[in-house]
Amino acid sequence: MTSPSTTPLLDVRNLRKYFPIQKGFLKKTIGNVRAVDDVSFFVEEGETLGLVGESGCGKTTASRCVVRAIAPSSGQMLFRTGEGQVVDLAKLDRAALRPLRPQMQMIFQDPYSSLNPRMNLFEIVGEPLLVNGLVNRKQRTDQVAELLQLVGMRPEYMQRFPHAFSGGQRQRIGIARALSVHPRLVVADEPVSALDVSVQAQILNLLLDLQQRLNLTYIFVAHNLGVVKHICDRVAVMYVGKLAEMAKTGELFHQPRHPYTAALMAAVPVADPRVRSGDVELKGEVPSPANPPSGCYFHPRCAYAAEVCRTQPPDFREISPGHFVACHRAEEIELPGISLG
Amino acid sequence: MADEIHDADSLSSELSSKDEDRVSVASNWKLVWWRFRKNRLAVASAIVLLMFYAVVLVPDFFSNQDPEATDAFLAFIPVQGISFFDTTGFNPSVPDVVGKRNPVTLKMQWAPDETVRIPIGLFVRGYKYKVLSLFETDIHLIDAKDPKSKGRPHFLGTDRLGRDQWSRMMFGTRTSMTVGLVAVGLSMILGVFLGGISGYFGGWMDMVIQRVIELLQSLPTIPIWLMMTAALPQDWRPERVFLAITIILAFIGWTTLAREIRGRFLSLREEDFILAAELAGCSHLRIILRHMVPAFTSHIIAASTLAVPVMIISETSLSFLGLGIRPPAISWGVLLQEAQNIQTVALAPWLMFPGLVVIIAVLAFNLAGDGLRDAADPYGH
Amino acid sequence: MNTQNGPLLSVRDLKTYFMMDEGVVKAVDGVSFDVHAGQIFGIVGESGCGKSVTVKSILRIVEAPGKIVHGQILLRRSRQDGTSGEEELDLAGLDARGQEIRSIRGAQIALIPQEPMASFSPVHTIGNQIIEAIMLHQSIGRKAARNLACDMLKDVGVPMPERRLDEYSWQLSGGLRQRAIIAMALSCNPRLLIADEPTTAVDVTTQAQVLRLLRQLQRERNSAIIFITHDLGVIAQMASFVMVMYLGLVMEQGPVDDIFHAPKHPYTQALLRSIPSVSSQPRVSLPTISGSIPHPFNKPSGCPFHPRCIKRIPGKCDVRTPALQAVGEQQLVSCFLYHDAEVSA
Repeated sequence: MTSPSTTPLLDVRNLRKYFPIQKGFLKKTIGNVRAVDDVSFFVEEGETLGLVGESGCGKTTASRCVVRAIAPSSGQMLFRTGEGQVVDLAKLDRAALRPLRPQMQMIFQDPYSSLNPRMNLFEIVGEPLLVNGLVNRKQRTDQVAELLQLVGMRPEYMQRFPHAFSGGQRQRIGIARALSVHPRLVVADEPVSALDVSVQAQILNLLLDLQQRLNLTYIFVAHNLGVVKHICDRVAVMYVGKLAEMAKTGELFHQPRHPYTAALMAAVPVADPRVRSGDVELKGEVPSPANPPSGCYFHPRCAYAAEVCRTQPPDFREISPGHFVACHRAEEIELPGISLG
Repeated sequence: MADEIHDADSLSSELSSKDEDRVSVASNWKLVWWRFRKNRLAVASAIVLLMFYAVVLVPDFFSNQDPEATDAFLAFIPVQGISFFDTTGFNPSVPDVVGKRNPVTLKMQWAPDETVRIPIGLFVRGYKYKVLSLFETDIHLIDAKDPKSKGRPHFLGTDRLGRDQWSRMMFGTRTSMTVGLVAVGLSMILGVFLGGISGYFGGWMDMVIQRVIELLQSLPTIPIWLMMTAALPQDWRPERVFLAITIILAFIGWTTLAREIRGRFLSLREEDFILAAELAGCSHLRIILRHMVPAFTSHIIAASTLAVPVMIISETSLSFLGLGIRPPAISWGVLLQEAQNIQTVALAPWLMFPGLVVIIAVLAFNLAGDGLRDAADPYGH
Repeated sequence: MNTQNGPLLSVRDLKTYFMMDEGVVKAVDGVSFDVHAGQIFGIVGESGCGKSVTVKSILRIVEAPGKIVHGQILLRRSRQDGTSGEEELDLAGLDARGQEIRSIRGAQIALIPQEPMASFSPVHTIGNQIIEAIMLHQSIGRKAARNLACDMLKDVGVPMPERRLDEYSWQLSGGLRQRAIIAMALSCNPRLLIADEPTTAVDVTTQAQVLRLLRQLQRERNSAIIFITHDLGVIAQMASFVMVMYLGLVMEQGPVDDIFHAPKHPYTQALLRSIPSVSSQPRVSLPTISGSIPHPFNKPSGCPFHPRCIKRIPGKCDVRTPALQAVGEQQLVSCFLYHDAEVSA
């Protein structure tokens, strides 16, 4: 993979995360679940990279590796810090990570388990401030008030507990907490999947607005392609732990180069009864990351599979500027995308 | 328009009532209390328990005679019923007893003598005692009005050595309830500590602790008790025996709580807010103390409340068999020892009264503990 | 009215309330609709709208403390007394635990639930459970039932059906489990299938397969389907007739094309505008519905949507509740912008 022109905020190279499968009394390792299997991508400062895929594709595991919630098995995660240094997050130990933590934060999917029910809003949103040195209570109170207003909540609600709020409001609180330490990179793990449709739009608008105001960089993990298309600049598609395709949003949706991407697009039902969609001829099931097929992981379900696809895993290569694909036959095949308008 | 998009609360202010405000700023403990209050049975049980613990604090206040004073002459005095009214109006009193020696058994037999009455009253002066070793007083809850009167009120009769059962009951309550509480307290500390290490750190520490727990749980409890208490030297003072019994009970009882705690730690570790705290830079200690422990404190208290009656029954059984607290120390089990044979039961059934008290105490703990456990999970839904 | 052409299921002014300690939750507060034979009827709405409680009321499986307090659920079926012709049976009047409703569940009306994992017993094989369902409603022997079950699994596209019959639900993948549940639901050839968010918990490619299967089966067997979802895309692709619910009431009903291309109710309009879709403009602020769904104990007076409605009429919409009235050939809406009819108290 060729490196981008300017130094990206985050450059992930050959990331792997394997979970050992242990059996027997002595817990012998008999195999590995290859949750993330040699994934490389980059995110520029100020942009939103979407990470999409179906269950078991590894997008959640990859996103947790990025913020070092879990330690990767191998690979590099080159992060450009606020001071201009480039550090490899994969190599740092817990102590060295601690000062960098404020720069990368996470927004979670489930609004009901992401807030400690026994702490009120002031304590929840103020905790990152407290833990990172802002001991003065008055100053913390002021900052928490500002943060709550920033996400559209009233500062008077500081004394309230999470149980008093709806799902959408709780997500706002979670966003306020993540932003309290002025992060540069925010990993959003399916932040609107658990919300009602009418609230999703509110939160998406909020995220867009905050990105503009605070020059945030998002890695947006999602499975809803409509949401992804709306909010992301670039999108990476994962399948069974590997990257299938990565490109600018418009290109990916309208001119996909990987058969899996095309199948995903075709499977999304369009909210218009006059357009027949969602009717896809994709047979079979998603393979297990503990026992993936040989060669290209997608070949058993691919309508375009050739002999080479069965035996050789494809490289993740750039077939046009900014457009990466892992497919042997990417140049030859014509794939349908989402029609415009 | 921009404001409208971001203002999440344009609705809530219109519709929120005073009740909602109260609930929304309520911490977990407040919510638990409100829920507990609704359960009448649990609240009644809690009040009963409070009364018991009042006795534990100042047993002398409630008793009216020396619990260890023996007088073979006064053996087996039956329960003296209180009558509240007489010819002069409201004048509570108990009949005095008159004794006759049974010509066949040559034992004293006592019967109430309605002609002579001993007036009783509340908060009267009796023998001197110290409250919590702090200050001296001589007020008792209920006793004969005239401290110098010859006839004494025996509200629960006397036993074969002429000891007043009412007073012995008070002191027995103190011992039995304290053993239960202290034993549970000790197992709570052990359980939280070891269960916490097991659940939070996992790995080989978890494995070792779990195997120890399994080992302890597979040992049959009764033989273990018997072994350990039989091993106690006979010449130890009652207080030391008391302490030893408490420790033995605690060492056998911590395993259940440890398992529960471990389970809670394991499930809590997966919660997103714990991960958020880690990402914010919180230390392990802060996460454990500030995020995890508060999440299950109410459950620990509920579980402990339900564990106390088990301890009480264990101690009562041990003492009843003569293997726990031994006379001259007084506990419910020791009191019940006096009711071990059919003759006593037939001739002096009032000696079984401690059994009733055990039942009430255990029921109260169970009902209150159940109520607490049900109230402890307001976020369950 | 000639009952031969009448609707298969007719729900009339259904009200299902939950009596809780803190108050009464009016989960379904006066819902009426008709489902015709062979039709796919979609019910769409967000959390708290009452769509699940509505179908649970039809099957009489509403959990306590909920109960049906008003209304009728009329199921058209052939006469039970031996004479020819059809009759209407009011399901709301039946004993929820009685023999009658139990003979209807599974045989006349079947349910495809949301969580296939939770709907299969983990200690019985799926074959066991499907055969049990078959033998409950049809008087055939065990061997014949097993053959029938095997055919069902084949029909829903489960490979190696003979082997699968002897497997447990947790041995199957999500997609296969969903198919197995559909097989079980269809095993007695019900005339009405209720699919309660059947694809919410599965991936988009599996969803496409399941929807395709449902459409095919519906065509082959001419069964009616009540399809519940919150996903407007799925409704647009599946349903021929759509009902939009909000806070226990029907906001709008009509043919799917009318609902999507000529929505009348402000809620429907706002909902359609606010969803980001693959064919819309990216990174532009989405028009939103302000505020959030009120707590069920805090139901607004008058029209339930009025606090969030940009077209509300002060003095009218906050006081009186609009009734469901026709505004087109087949379209019905409950909104004072189009008529003045009120719900009688």
